[in-house]
Amino acid sequence: MKHVLKPSQYAILVAIMLSASIGDSFLKRGMGQVGAVNLHHLGLLWHALFNPYVDIGIVFLIGFFAAYTTALSWADLTFVMPATAFGPVVIALIGRYWLHEQLSVSRWLGIGLIVCAVGFVAGGPSRTEHPELDQMDAGASR
Amino acid sequence: MTLSPFVHQWSAIAFVAALAVVGEVMIASGMRQLGDLDDIRATRNLLGTIAAVLTNARFVIGALCMALNFFSMLFALSIAELSLAAPAIGALTYIGNAVAAKLFLRERVDRRRWLATMCVVVGVILLAR
Repeated sequence: MKHVLKPSQYAILVAIMLSASIGDSFLKRGMGQVGAVNLHHLGLLWHALFNPYVDIGIVFLIGFFAAYTTALSWADLTFVMPATAFGPVVIALIGRYWLHEQLSVSRWLGIGLIVCAVGFVAGGPSRTEHPELDQMDAGASR
Repeated sequence: MTLSPFVHQWSAIAFVAALAVVGEVMIASGMRQLGDLDDIRATRNLLGTIAAVLTNARFVIGALCMALNFFSMLFALSIAELSLAAPAIGALTYIGNAVAAKLFLRERVDRRRWLATMCVVVGVILLAR
């Protein structure tokens, strides 16, 4: 049986692609304001929790983890994996088109390969059927 | 006996990647055991769904591995350069996940998924350059 994803499930995959990289960007901006943290100034980590950019970043990363675990409840790990690799692509594209940074040829190639990877798995089934394992799991979780 | 910096760095990188693989496979196994969260939410609402996830032993073990992974990553970054550690850990994790998913989760990792995994590995390395 081929699992066909619902629009809401595609939305979860898009959330996985975007939320981690957006969260990391907010964290980076927030930690830039907080300053460098080292072993002698660990108290800065507590101070960082009161920075609004860090807080927004943490909310996005919690959202990423929620979306990731939700996706794993209806899709294989090897199906979801390429979506998690899309984060660096989003950051590179934000750098290119929003911050006007230059991207090298090797980075464009990397972006192309990860986009291809997402395309490869998206065209296949999202879940491997294991009726016998699912029955055992259902018994174990009771 | 003292380890050479090369062995030291790559041991740390392999350890971080191994923790990530164990963590992700345990979380995936726990979520497969629970079933579609949308179905659970339909009968047990959002709080019940969160409780079901947080009381799943495989999920908890996986989450603990991911927390350990975070701290071991900090250690790895203290002895290896980011430009080496980040792509190496990323690439090893993706390959390890594909192998572990086939062996332990019994996922059908066909040619299409292997090709996707290799594209991700090479793509991550190229992006980090």
